[in-house]
Amino acid sequence: MLGYPLLSFIIFLPLLGAFFIFALIRGDEETKACNAKNMALWTSCITFVLSLIVLANFNSSSDGFQFEENINWIKGYNINYHLGVDGISIFFVLLTTLLTPICILASWKSITKRVAEYMIAFLLLETLVIGVFCALDFVLFYVFFEAMLLPMFLIIGIWGGDRKVYAAFKFFLYTLAGSVFLLLAMLYIYQQTHTMDIPALMQLVPNLPVVAQKWLFIALLLSFAVKVPMWPVHTWLPDAHVQAPTAGSVILAGILLKMGAYGFLRFSLPMLPAASHAMVPLIFTLSVIAVIYASLVALMQQDMKKLIAYSSIAHMGFVTIGIFTFNIQGVEGAIIQMISHGLVSGALFLCVGVVYDRLHTREISHFGGVAKKMPFYAAVLLFFTMASIGLPGTSGFVGEFLTMAGVYEVSRTFAALTATGVILGAAYMLWLYARVALGEIHNREVKKMDDLELRETLCFLPLAVLVMVLGIYPSYVTNILQHPVENLLKQVQKHDQSYIAMNLTQNQIIKVTQ
Amino acid sequence: MMQFLLADILPAVPEMVMATGAMLLLILGVLQKKNASLMLTQLAMVLIVVTAILLLHAPHGAETAFSGMFVSNRFIIFAKILILISGLLVLPLAQGALPSAGTKFFEYPILILFAMIGMMLMVSANNFLSFYIGLELQSLSIYVLAACNRDNEKSSEAGLKYFILGSLTSGILLYGISLIYGFSGTIEFNALHGFFVGEVNPTSMPIGLLVGLILVITASAFKISAVPFHMWTPDVYEGAPTPVTAFMSTAPKIAASVILVRLMLEPFASWQGQWQQVIIVLSAASMVIGALGALRQRNIKRLMAYSSIGHVGFVLMGLASASDSGVQAILIYLGIYISMSIGVFSIIMMMQRHGEARESTSDLSGFAKTHPLAAIAMTIFMLSMAGIPPFAGFFGKYYVLLAALDAKLYTLAVIGVLSSVISTYYYINIIRLMYFDELGEPLEKLHSEAIRGVLMLTAVFNLFYVIYPTRLIHGAIAAAQTLFL
Repeated sequence: MLGYPLLSFIIFLPLLGAFFIFALIRGDEETKACNAKNMALWTSCITFVLSLIVLANFNSSSDGFQFEENINWIKGYNINYHLGVDGISIFFVLLTTLLTPICILASWKSITKRVAEYMIAFLLLETLVIGVFCALDFVLFYVFFEAMLLPMFLIIGIWGGDRKVYAAFKFFLYTLAGSVFLLLAMLYIYQQTHTMDIPALMQLVPNLPVVAQKWLFIALLLSFAVKVPMWPVHTWLPDAHVQAPTAGSVILAGILLKMGAYGFLRFSLPMLPAASHAMVPLIFTLSVIAVIYASLVALMQQDMKKLIAYSSIAHMGFVTIGIFTFNIQGVEGAIIQMISHGLVSGALFLCVGVVYDRLHTREISHFGGVAKKMPFYAAVLLFFTMASIGLPGTSGFVGEFLTMAGVYEVSRTFAALTATGVILGAAYMLWLYARVALGEIHNREVKKMDDLELRETLCFLPLAVLVMVLGIYPSYVTNILQHPVENLLKQVQKHDQSYIAMNLTQNQIIKVTQ
Repeated sequence: MMQFLLADILPAVPEMVMATGAMLLLILGVLQKKNASLMLTQLAMVLIVVTAILLLHAPHGAETAFSGMFVSNRFIIFAKILILISGLLVLPLAQGALPSAGTKFFEYPILILFAMIGMMLMVSANNFLSFYIGLELQSLSIYVLAACNRDNEKSSEAGLKYFILGSLTSGILLYGISLIYGFSGTIEFNALHGFFVGEVNPTSMPIGLLVGLILVITASAFKISAVPFHMWTPDVYEGAPTPVTAFMSTAPKIAASVILVRLMLEPFASWQGQWQQVIIVLSAASMVIGALGALRQRNIKRLMAYSSIGHVGFVLMGLASASDSGVQAILIYLGIYISMSIGVFSIIMMMQRHGEARESTSDLSGFAKTHPLAAIAMTIFMLSMAGIPPFAGFFGKYYVLLAALDAKLYTLAVIGVLSSVISTYYYINIIRLMYFDELGEPLEKLHSEAIRGVLMLTAVFNLFYVIYPTRLIHGAIAAAQTLFL
């Protein structure tokens, strides 16, 4: 089985599915839609199974890249088609392959126009996102990273809400404006090292002068910070989330936001360790502002989706601060927080989608007493609310706890500030739950709402199970994470010491000359 | 004696075959009673293919003809092939055009052929005289082409405007050449190169020579419509019949940028410190104005005019880096640019309602519903132009930016990427019109196999370039190296 280029299969199978939908599915609107939906669901399910095979054959005791494929792609510019996964990226691949079929299932009834195109866009998005997480060549990474803008732009713009055009443009241009600096950084790195191979760059780039590293770090930061999104470049996210269709929000929150943080882990930290150390205060400050500011803003939201969007910004603040603690708890906590946020916020957006499909509004004030008509739904919402708050036993707890433990080791002040985010998180999530599910029914429309149907339950079930499993037995994930994270930290520390040593020797030289 | 003569014209055989063929076609066209436009177009395409085959089999080393007036090497052959390809793609467009475009007369393919001969002479020039002759042959043919829709006011205006400004440019060019001649005593490229080589300190050169150089750059900048010599572009693009605009946006720009590259890197190579700053300013201004100018355009041809100005800025960025990687980036960029630009113009030619061409961007609203495949192609072109991977345009920008960073032109590179972000706004705005907006009055289908074929070719190239980019790159690398031997 392992003789096959498994990662390429996983990446391009959705593309193949999209091509089949595009080329083969004909007939009147209804049969076309139905066939397209089935085709997309099956393709994404098979992709998921393939990614499980990767996980099953994954060797967690090795810290290098596995399932590597390396083909010379652009000769003359040293660009290769190089793929591979390590313990960090494999979880994002799995998250993507898991969320895509759920997204397709969630759009089964809510998308009524241009269904075939919608499915094509989603499959395309899946291809590109998996590509981002598997790419081991900088240019290949960038190609996937940027190309992903188009399907997301179309998903928001065609199937979005009232202000979809504004939101789609904002999303596209914001992200692009950040990414072009990544492009420049990438070109500069190539010009210095003459390779684009990520494992090779991890060895070469840290040797660049610290000044150059700092500029590169800022360029990468501009790009990844928009994706994460970090304060103050987060403003595209609420718009994009509110206007996107439910499944679009799920994929946006669940996966696209993780790309920025993944970029930090894959590029900024291992390649620019000296600059990463120098930038810790900046990242910490921005993250804490994001956590507190976004939580406060979330408290005041009237729109359910906007509230969850702001909560995403706060949760991603935990992730960025965790990554830059440079200790094993912090980084592992950040990664688990990412996985957990992918599952939980995805599920929360699905929850919003469920009531939106029935009532066609997301205004919190239009709800109230939903639990009376939809008890099962209320239970699901409660579960994911608790997971979002970080109740022990759910994945959210593991992520937040480890992150804060990591931050505490570095700075108590920042740990305390981050902890306020947890409290505020509980406040806005519980208040949201209370206003939506509890109380008396004052809106007559709510009385007509039916509880979850089988299709919707199927969407929530795998997410709920995983949230529980990750909350109760996180060791399964941390075992796989351990080696790559330790390796990453060793890389960061090694060059940090050489950086310190270099500074020391410079100081000594200065002293001697004085 | 005979052998000497043959060796002296051998490198120019492809041009001579093309010129003879074009004149034969002219005679044929005159003798034909009925409208021979279709047949002549087909024959012209055959002629172009024959010329291209001859070029590909020509010796690749540097060879001169006509006592050193004419030169041919790998770099020049590569540029000529690009010119021929754009001609080959543009010719069928005119056949698919609406009758109101006024391009279905038999002189049309012949004028295109003559313009291309002019361009090929120009890029092969090894002397300011042959450069000027080539330029004039090209320009005269295009003046006529721009005004060829005689009954249309805008077309006549475009032709006249282009003619007047073009003549002014010719004057500037001649004045520049005369200054260069006056201060250096030669108009031969090789001799000029030697003139600099002898000098230890290039800054001690006479100022008149510098003025001459700048005037020559000005004239070339006008031809490639670099800012601040771009004013004519939107008006002429808008007024000229669309197939002519498609031609004007590609082949003459290739020819003029290639000769500019040759001028800067061959005779004036030692004066890099002098011309580089001029090119940097032209490049930065073109990218910024190209991006900002297009934001408010409602006419898609004017929009494409500004977009082409922006692309010229990128080409000049490659030149500003003054290295072989810069030159090869230019060649690749130009090759990709042809496919994007002609692709977009073939879409524009499909925009019609009740037998009338529509040119407003808002006419594209709902285009995805009426023309689903063409809308996909247009999306590919727009993203390619914006430089979004995995489409070909991204790689064009990639190589140029790499060359710019190699030459430590960091500010220029940052200006370049920022202006490409701004220009992305209007490119994705077109996608928005086609996909997000509800259908206005629908555009009608245009049944033309010719246009569809061109569209298909260019779209496929832009989409699949990512899979196999090596061929174009190798050609460009080999071509660029000949300039730096």
